[in-house]
Amino acid sequence: MSGKKIKQNKVFQLIRNNPVPIMFVIICVICIPLSGYSAGYLISEIITRIVRNSFLIISLLIPIMAGMGLNFGMTLGAMAGEIGLILVSDWQVVGIPGVVLAMIISIPISVLLGWFCGKILNLAKGREMVTSYIISYFISGVYQLIVLYAMGPIIPIKHSSLVLPRGYGIRNTVNLLSMRQCLDNILAIRIGTISIPIVPFLIIAVLCFIMVWFRKTKLGQDMRAVGQDMEVARAAGIKVEKTRILSIIISTVLAGFGMVIYLQNMGTLNTYNSHTQIGMFCIAALLVGGASVDKASIGNVFLGVILFHLMFIVAPKAGMNLIGQAQLGEYFRVFVSYAVITLALVLYESKKRRAGTLTGRKLADAQEDDK
Amino acid sequence: MSENMTQVILNRTVSLLKSFGWPRLIIAIFLLVLFIAAPLVGVNFGSSLSNTLMRFGMNSVLVLAMVPMIHSGCGLNFGLPLGIIAGLLGATLSIESGFHGMTSFVMALLIATPFAVILGYGYGLLLNRVKGGEMMIATYVGFSSVSFMCMMWLLLPYKSPTMVWGFEGKGLRTTISVEGFYKGVLSDFLNIKIGHLSIPTGMILFFAVLAFIIWVFLHTKTGTAMTAVGSNPVFARAGGINVDNIRILSVVMSTWLGAIGIIVYEQAFGFIQLYMSPFNMALPAVSAILIGGASVNKASIPNVIIGTFLFQGIVTMTPSVMNSIIHTDMSEVIRIIVSNGMILYALTRKTEATR
Repeated sequence: MSGKKIKQNKVFQLIRNNPVPIMFVIICVICIPLSGYSAGYLISEIITRIVRNSFLIISLLIPIMAGMGLNFGMTLGAMAGEIGLILVSDWQVVGIPGVVLAMIISIPISVLLGWFCGKILNLAKGREMVTSYIISYFISGVYQLIVLYAMGPIIPIKHSSLVLPRGYGIRNTVNLLSMRQCLDNILAIRIGTISIPIVPFLIIAVLCFIMVWFRKTKLGQDMRAVGQDMEVARAAGIKVEKTRILSIIISTVLAGFGMVIYLQNMGTLNTYNSHTQIGMFCIAALLVGGASVDKASIGNVFLGVILFHLMFIVAPKAGMNLIGQAQLGEYFRVFVSYAVITLALVLYESKKRRAGTLTGRKLADAQEDDK
Repeated sequence: MSENMTQVILNRTVSLLKSFGWPRLIIAIFLLVLFIAAPLVGVNFGSSLSNTLMRFGMNSVLVLAMVPMIHSGCGLNFGLPLGIIAGLLGATLSIESGFHGMTSFVMALLIATPFAVILGYGYGLLLNRVKGGEMMIATYVGFSSVSFMCMMWLLLPYKSPTMVWGFEGKGLRTTISVEGFYKGVLSDFLNIKIGHLSIPTGMILFFAVLAFIIWVFLHTKTGTAMTAVGSNPVFARAGGINVDNIRILSVVMSTWLGAIGIIVYEQAFGFIQLYMSPFNMALPAVSAILIGGASVNKASIPNVIIGTFLFQGIVTMTPSVMNSIIHTDMSEVIRIIVSNGMILYALTRKTEATR
């Protein structure tokens, strides 16, 4: 009897602790039969999405560890990666060397942008998320200034296929056919219609191990301490500001690599749009995986990618079959991504407040006892 | 004696400039240079000034919508799209019910009001649960409500042939003309024309009346309570003010002003824009009030007027002047950098970070 009750309690606890993933499982379970896609198609699509997105999402983990919340500034890294790819495709470096060179070019840009972002976030402690969100818009303006006006006259671009007809500025789409899926196609294993790209999976696995290892290093420990309590960490002799800036720099550099991997899989670069949505989708996916603003693990990343993108694939078709308007499904998936972020933020803030009042009450009780 | 006087005057000017803030100074000087440069490069001064005034009238109420929430300490209202949605509901329902001319404008305002109050109340309740993290959540409340309404615009049973897609007979169009309904009811009302210069007196008067009402309200007992809640919630509670209720009131007011603001915007613009267009309307309004001298927890009516004028001045003047000088349109990029840079500046002020 009591065993059953404990079990019931456990189920209840599970639901209460993971409302977002469970909601998503329900949405997917309803939408998959409605969409009428075959299992093989869905699995191969999901594998593609995992390859594409997980590197980008993993880049979000470190700022969360350092207590800086969801890093909306990962867009900065994405822009650095894009600049790398534009330059590489102008220099006509193809295949794997091209991808690696793009990553190398993105590093200094990412470090610079990450340092700038970290500096500003140190000035805005306690409201990092909204500030990093505005930074991403601000730098997006600077990026447009560089790519639209400086590329050509100041930064030499040789190939006319990249440049707008007016003579300077990069075209809206940059073709990455020479690099398309070059990472994915080495050692790809085919099972029936599903092809499994081994190399990107290996890269992601290595990154996961590095993440696990990083948590145990001195710097990782420092970051966790800063994330727990800045003042205590400072008293313990940790350079709080420097640690926070480092966490943002690492995140930005990883996001730059992630963007290069993402775009080599896509095969085209939308010069002015690719990065705008990437931050939102990555953050939504991470939250769908059960992460919160102050806690995220590698498990959250993969669960999130699978559930979020499953919904993304099936929703338009389900909307089409249900109401006859694919547009409705598209709006639905955009709505769900925003709603998930809203819900996660609200849950986090109210939990934080509740914890605050709880400790306050405990302190008051303790004082009462002292009397 | 006179030396002393000059010293005092100098000190005063320096402190005045300091309180004005260097980003605002740069923006004001930039706009001044644009206005001076305009006639030299062949841009008509009168028509550019009247464009600026027109845009000022269109956007000022939306900027005014920031004031109540900043006053009560809820931060910058990134959730403005919620108010805009209430306004869009009012606007479309007024046309759907078959009103024309001035009546359709008044009806749009009247119909939008209950929606704004209900949505604002819910929004206020939510923001009370997340004190300290309002701005980020406001942003996402705005985004999710806009994308939710995208679905609703498709599904709601609107019938009016001027608004639905002609082919399918259902689902609202992305842009709906308000020609024949309330186009220009304020902007053409009492419009004074001197040569190239035209002053939309009616629209500016409408804003002035609203601004005056808000100004009076902020000086009533409830308004003072609102300011008290914004500057120190603990102190306000000790003074017997119901902090949560005052905050909800401020959010409702902001949402309502947002609803009114978008209808005023539409009557001058000539079109109702649905679906994703309210999405990016919060950021220009936020940066306008910040350019006007407001901060994250302090704002006044002069901030609204100065800010809207400076911001809209830059938005209207840069394309025309820049185009004549260097034959490229960099205005969009400049607008993005200036407006977001301004918000960043306000968010990182030390004095306001401790709340």
